[in-house]
Amino acid sequence: MTDAPLLAVRDLRVAYATRGGEAVVIPSVNFQLNAGEALGLVGESGCGKSTIALSIVRYLGRAGRLVGGSIRFEGRELTSLDETGLRAIRGRRIAMVYQDPMASLNPVMAVGRQLMEAPMTHEGVSASAARARALAMLAEVKLADPAAVMERYPHQLSGGQQQRIVIAMALITGPALLIMDEPTTGLDVTVEAAVLDLVRELRSRHRSAILFISHNLGSVARVCDRVAVMYRGEIVEDGPVRSIFSSPRHPYTRGLLDCLPTLGSDKHQAPLVPIAGQVESSLTRPPGCGFAGRCAHVEIGRCTSYPIAAAPVRGEPEHHVACVRAEELPQWTRRRGSDVAHEFAAATEAMVAVHHLTKIYEPRRRRFRGTRAPVRAVSDVDLTAARGRTLAIVGESGCGKSTIAKILSGLEVATAGGVTLDGVEVGALAVDARGPALKRKLQMVFQNPDSTLNPSHTVGYAIGRALRRLQGRAPGDVAGGVARLLEIVKLSPAMAARMPRHLSGGEKQRAAIARALAGDPAVIVADEPVSALDVSVQAAIVNLLTEIQAARSATLVFISHDLAVVRYLADTVAVMYLGTVAEVGPVERVFASPYHPYTEALLSAVPVPDPDHAGARILLEGRVPGAGEIPRGCPFATRCPRRVGPLCDETPPPVQRFGDHRIACHIPGGELARLQTALVEPRSIGR
Amino acid sequence: MSTPIAAGTLSASSPAASRARFVRRWRRRIALLGESTPAAIGIAIILAWVVLAMLAPLIAPYAPNANDVMALAHATPSWAHWLGTDHLGRDILSRILWGARPVLVIAPLAVLGAAALGSLLGLAAGYYGRWIDLVITRACDIVLSFPVIILYMIILAHFGSSAWNIIGVLTLTKAPIIARIVRGMTLDLREREYVAAAKMRGESPIYIMLVEILPNARGPLVVDMCLRTGYNVIIIGALGFLGIGLPPPDPDWGGMVKDTYGMMMVWPHMALFPCAAISSLVVGFNLLAVGLRELGLRD
Repeated sequence: MTDAPLLAVRDLRVAYATRGGEAVVIPSVNFQLNAGEALGLVGESGCGKSTIALSIVRYLGRAGRLVGGSIRFEGRELTSLDETGLRAIRGRRIAMVYQDPMASLNPVMAVGRQLMEAPMTHEGVSASAARARALAMLAEVKLADPAAVMERYPHQLSGGQQQRIVIAMALITGPALLIMDEPTTGLDVTVEAAVLDLVRELRSRHRSAILFISHNLGSVARVCDRVAVMYRGEIVEDGPVRSIFSSPRHPYTRGLLDCLPTLGSDKHQAPLVPIAGQVESSLTRPPGCGFAGRCAHVEIGRCTSYPIAAAPVRGEPEHHVACVRAEELPQWTRRRGSDVAHEFAAATEAMVAVHHLTKIYEPRRRRFRGTRAPVRAVSDVDLTAARGRTLAIVGESGCGKSTIAKILSGLEVATAGGVTLDGVEVGALAVDARGPALKRKLQMVFQNPDSTLNPSHTVGYAIGRALRRLQGRAPGDVAGGVARLLEIVKLSPAMAARMPRHLSGGEKQRAAIARALAGDPAVIVADEPVSALDVSVQAAIVNLLTEIQAARSATLVFISHDLAVVRYLADTVAVMYLGTVAEVGPVERVFASPYHPYTEALLSAVPVPDPDHAGARILLEGRVPGAGEIPRGCPFATRCPRRVGPLCDETPPPVQRFGDHRIACHIPGGELARLQTALVEPRSIGR
Repeated sequence: MSTPIAAGTLSASSPAASRARFVRRWRRRIALLGESTPAAIGIAIILAWVVLAMLAPLIAPYAPNANDVMALAHATPSWAHWLGTDHLGRDILSRILWGARPVLVIAPLAVLGAAALGSLLGLAAGYYGRWIDLVITRACDIVLSFPVIILYMIILAHFGSSAWNIIGVLTLTKAPIIARIVRGMTLDLREREYVAAAKMRGESPIYIMLVEILPNARGPLVVDMCLRTGYNVIIIGALGFLGIGLPPPDPDWGGMVKDTYGMMMVWPHMALFPCAAISSLVVGFNLLAVGLRELGLRD
């Protein structure tokens, strides 16, 4: 290793052309990366992390412009390099892996040929040599049967396999620097864990430096040596991963860590601590600290008059922070909210009961081409949600959790079995067959903030229309109701006149919650309501939902793939796998041993924002059965690390009952408990 | 967000405020048109024709059907007849100005008719799917499979030629194209979460189609309507040229070309000027469509 860093970014300044003229989005960024080192770049959406990645490979596009500064890579200045020079570096010395693997792979070319392309064009090696290298690389990214994978087309592979191929493509030329931009964001948690472990392992073997961009502090903690935290286009804090996560100095870093729910906390202790305000635009910039407007420690004058430079933290030469008050701030401890937790209604009778629910999607009949097997989205599911309580349904994509939400809300009807809503059977009732009282009783909050509100109508219209339909108000009589609902979700009544495109993601989701509350529902079904939001906003929305639930004793059916949020919010948790319930019970029982082997794997896969977190990870191998296949035995048998033998493949697992805790597994509960170690700190330990 | 604003400031619902907002929104949209060069040029051409057509009774130097027998000796452009006269001694400039009036009424009206009919068909096909979709798309395919000019000739020969009949024919033949566009967009838009939310509060399918879905299809629809208006100008010209357009003697651009194209070798101006009028208006609508799409893509 030479003394000069592999990559040195100095005073980098980037601007984007906007309608109102050129806006500086990165005012001045400095960092360096040594050979073989992994630097994590974290921050919420719009903070400029991807802009930095694109600047390094000079892919800024027509709107972006490098205004100044220098990027030195292996002794060469990249900012002044011409296209020919850049081509020699891109793909060969610097490789990139993006979030969506499908966008990086050519859908009409077998993946083998795509892998062989880089060595053949960049290094001029022969086809047979390139093929050998591709095969070796595929084995390295742990794809079973590399020779067969070579012949496959991207659509024949799962998302996790595709991302492995992209990583193999990036590494095949032995680049000195690998830039990964949110490489695991679209993947399921168990797949994400496997990909992160792979990156870690490959890193130690290939000695490629990694610039790892992510909004997920947990995955950064798992992969990186150093972390740089960005806010509004500036690096506000950087340092060794341990220092950042154990003694963060910048109020923003502390805020990010504080607002994450952890697997050890729940709503009965205290609300989450969101960062005040919302993520601010990088397009405008105050004269002083960019975070001053949201900072709890701001001191008007010192913080707000002149730009704040990063300075080393006393006693930690490697750790820099851009905060004038860094030395004065109290020592950080993982903070829990100071507010008193809400009182929740005691569990009484069942508000929502799902019994033997099955939903089968019949494929469209296709003449001349035979028929495809029907898809069992949900098979024989039993669940109950008590009045005023929260039932959370967790599982990975395709497990049937959203289908249950759709049947509850009447957007789909059950094929067999039923759903009772406050004693009324609604499983077979589509929403237009439900009477006004039933419609009022259950409302839904959706996942995607950009499509939950109609972009053609104002927020006030959307909420007002719900009031008119659900409460029978006259058109002239809704303004007051709209204002009151907006106040409940902590939006200003002036928002009523705004169009959705002028709202941030968090505000849109609040408005959507207000709309759902218009009929004063007894049940709120929330399908991944916070998945698309930045972490600081996510905490605020989770708090809002808990608060509303406590205030109205509403029943909440919360669907999510995020176990930490579920642990925080839920009273009862159902873990679903391929349309069946693997485990269900009170939250503290589900999150404690004995686990269903699938729950165990899910919990162990959750990326924890703590580099010293020593939980052993259980990696799931094997194939997920396709949509049309109905496993004869246990649906999880193909991937289960605790499979006992042919029994699992042949016989459906018995449901073992431990009071109100149920596990569907062939292994007896006692045996499971003996095999498993606790993955979550018991609540009593606390921090 | 943290400071609740007094209810008094919630004037969002008062009619004066909503009118002010409406005016502001349209002023912003018009200002936006200036940002795209094609849109600005297109609008300028179209507006120029609209103004000329409206002022035709005031500014046209002659009555459109007045024959100047003396001018027949020198039909070519002169100080007395800027664009010359036709074979009957009628002033071409005056006839072009008067001829702009029917085109500028028929073409947009026919597009509006086609958009209304096509949107309804497309919404119904896309929203309901199944046999409704099948019937509507097949019916559209059948209409579209006819050579248009033959279809016009059959229909207009049967019903006779009048402005309303032309509008009717153009509406019927253009609606399937609009229906296809709207159907495609509806297939995508009906899966949006705001549509699910509307269903959950018990909205009728008509409401969902017209209020929740159609407004979000308007971008591509407006661009297409501009293009279609331009095409309609061409078709109205072609109908006139074939002698099945507006009945004579009132001026009609296509009819002017038909009457005089035989004399192209001697007096090319008689056919060229009406042709230029048709082209300029078509170019105007096309440029506006290009500009609108450009602005639509930018947002």
